[in-house]
Amino acid sequence: MTLDTTPKGSMNSTPLVEVQNLKQYFKVRKGMFSSVDLKAVDDVSFSIKEGETLGLVGESGCGKTTVGRTMLHLLKPTGGTIKFRGEEITEKNIYDYRKSMQMVFQDPYSSLNPRMTVSDIVGEPLDIHKLYKTRKERDARVQELMELVGLNSEHATRYAHEFSGGQRQRIGIARALAVRPEFIICDESVSALDVSIQAQILNMFKDLQEQLNLAYLFIAHDILVVNYMSDRVAVMYLGKIIEMAETNDIVQNATHPYTQSLLSAVPIPDPETARKSKRIILEGDVPSPMNLPAGCSFCTRCPVMTEKCVNELPPLVDRGNGHFVACWNQ
Amino acid sequence: MSERLLEVKHLQTSFFTDSGEVKAVNDISFNLDAGKVLGIVGESGSGKSVSAYSVMQILDYPGRIKGGSILLKGKDLTTFTSKEMEDIRGERISIIFQDPMTSLNPVFTIGNQIRESILLHTDRNKEEANKRAIELLDLVGINEPARRVKQYPYELSGGMRQRVMIAMALACEPDILIADEPTTALDVTIQGQILELIQDLQQEMGMAVIMITHDLGVIASMCDEIIVMYAGTICERGSADDIFYNPHHEYTKGLIRSIPTLRKEDERLVPIPGSPVDLLNMPPGCAFAARCPQAMEICLEERPGEIVVGPGHSAACWMNVKRFMEMSDPTRSVGATARKES
Repeated sequence: MTLDTTPKGSMNSTPLVEVQNLKQYFKVRKGMFSSVDLKAVDDVSFSIKEGETLGLVGESGCGKTTVGRTMLHLLKPTGGTIKFRGEEITEKNIYDYRKSMQMVFQDPYSSLNPRMTVSDIVGEPLDIHKLYKTRKERDARVQELMELVGLNSEHATRYAHEFSGGQRQRIGIARALAVRPEFIICDESVSALDVSIQAQILNMFKDLQEQLNLAYLFIAHDILVVNYMSDRVAVMYLGKIIEMAETNDIVQNATHPYTQSLLSAVPIPDPETARKSKRIILEGDVPSPMNLPAGCSFCTRCPVMTEKCVNELPPLVDRGNGHFVACWNQ
Repeated sequence: MSERLLEVKHLQTSFFTDSGEVKAVNDISFNLDAGKVLGIVGESGSGKSVSAYSVMQILDYPGRIKGGSILLKGKDLTTFTSKEMEDIRGERISIIFQDPMTSLNPVFTIGNQIRESILLHTDRNKEEANKRAIELLDLVGINEPARRVKQYPYELSGGMRQRVMIAMALACEPDILIADEPTTALDVTIQGQILELIQDLQQEMGMAVIMITHDLGVIASMCDEIIVMYAGTICERGSADDIFYNPHHEYTKGLIRSIPTLRKEDERLVPIPGSPVDLLNMPPGCAFAARCPQAMEICLEERPGEIVVGPGHSAACWMNVKRFMEMSDPTRSVGATARKES
C-alpha cells in the first residue's frame, strides 16, 4: 500500500521532495550469531513542496534525525524511496542531488573542521562540485555567502574555534548554501544555542527561505521552535509518523493522544497560560525500539488504549484537510 | 522578623584561569525563605550554576569565592571548613544536577548510592537505611522500589535516573533543594513528570527550592520569585508576573521576545542582536550595554545598581533611573545624580 501524503490542493504539482515508505533498520547484535532489527525509521512517508517548511518533531530516539540522514543517503535506506522533483534518488546519483539537498547539523562545535579556515569550510562544497572557474570567482562566492549569513568578510581567514556558537552555526549554514540548494534539512540546528541567539538563527532561516525560495525539513525536539518555523508539522514516535497536519491544526486540534500529551507538556513561557493549563502526564516509559509492541507503539503509555491497539497497527489516515492521524480510538 | 533561611550577600565568584580572571558571579545578592521557590534564569555563562555551586561550595578548580557571604540561618558558609561543609551538603542543602547519566556512579547500585548519604548523616544502620531508600524511591514515583534498589544506573531510563537523583537529594530532608537544570537533558513528556514531582515534593515537605534553568517556560508557573542573570550579574528580580508581563530590564524584555510561543499569528521573533559578552573582558558599565537597543552613555561607563520598580520587583537598568527622574524632575540629567541604590 502506498500512501498519498501530499496535502490536498497541491495534487497537480509534483512535490519538491517525496519520501515514500522509508525504512531504516539497524542490526543490533544479540549474542554471537543472532541479531535483532532496531527499527529506527519504519514506513515513513511525507512530501515537501517548493519553499515549504515541514517540521519533524519527536522525543529522543524517535528516529527524526535518522529520517534526515537517510534522505541524504548518509545512511543507506533499508527500504522505501526518496524522490526529488519526481526523480528517484539512488546511491548512484546521490552525489548530484547533494547539490540540491543540503544539511545543517546540530552541534556547531563538532560539525566544523577545526583545522580549516572559514573560507575553506564554506568553499569546500564549491571545490567538490566544481562550481567555479577561477580562484577569484570562488573567493567572490565565499564572500557573498558569508555576507548572506551575516558574517564579516574579514572572518574568512579565521578558524572555527574563534567563533561563538551562534556564529559557528552561521558558518554551517553558509556551507550548506554554497551549492545553491533548493532543500535543506535542518537537524536540531538551533538546539545547542542560547535563546537570544536561537532567535537570530531562526529568523535568518526564515529570511533565507524568502530570498532563495528554500524548502526545509526542520527537525527539532522543541515544539515551540518547530511551531514557529513550520507550515506543516509531522510528529514522530518510535520510528513512525503518528500525526501530520498544518501547524495551526496540530496546535489547536491535536488528535493523537501522544501529540496531545506532548503539547500539554511543553513548558509555556507565560505564567497565565501555565497556571491554567493541565499537563497530561504519561505513565510509564518508552518501550525499547528493539522490542516494539505488535500494534501501536504508543499503546504502553496511552491513556485511551484498547485491546485493538495492542494487536493491530493503526494506519496513518487522512481525517480531512490533510490532517493525518494514526490512531484507532481518537 | 524571623531569620532568613538563606541569605546571599554580594557574592563574588571568579575563575582564575591562565588567560585571566573570569568573573563568573559578580556581586549578586538574594534571599530565600523557608518553603519558597526561587527561580534563577539566564543563558549559558550567565553565572546561574556557579552561584548555586558557590552556595554548596563545590566549585571546580580554579574557581574560588572571592567575596561576599552566604548565610544559612545566620551562619556564614564561606567561613566553614570543608569538614563542616560536609554536614551541610546533603543534610541541609542538596543539589540535583543537569545530567542524570553522568551524575550517578555506574559501578554501584542505586540503593547503595541513596544509602550513602543516609548512613553519613543519620544514626540509621544499614538495614534501616535500606528501608528508607525504598521509601524514598516510592516517594519519587519509581515502581517496584524494592527491586530497583538492587539495580545499577544503566538499567534505568533517563527520567528514572533523575528520579533517583531526586531521591538521593531528599534522603535527609534538606531545608533547601537546588535543582540545576534538572530537566534539560530529558524529553518533554518526561520533563513534565519531573517538574510536577519536584513541585509536589516541595509542597509536601515544605522545603525551599532554587530552580536554575535557561528555559523561561520551566519557571513560568512554579516560582515565587524569579532572578534573571546576565554575565554574572542580576538584571532583574520579581514575581513571574512582573518578569513576564512587566519587565523593566532591556535584557529581560529581549529574552521574552526571543522565545517562540504556541500562538501563531505570523509574529516574528525579535532576537537580541550581537553575541554574549566575553567574561574575560568585561566592560566597566552595564554588561548588556553592547547589545542593548536603549543603551545610553552612562550605560557604557557605570554599572547600574538595582532599582526598585515595584513591590518585590527591581531591575538593574539605567533606563529606570531615567524614567524615574523624568517623572520627578525633567531638567535633571541622569549621569550626574544616579548612584547605586540598594
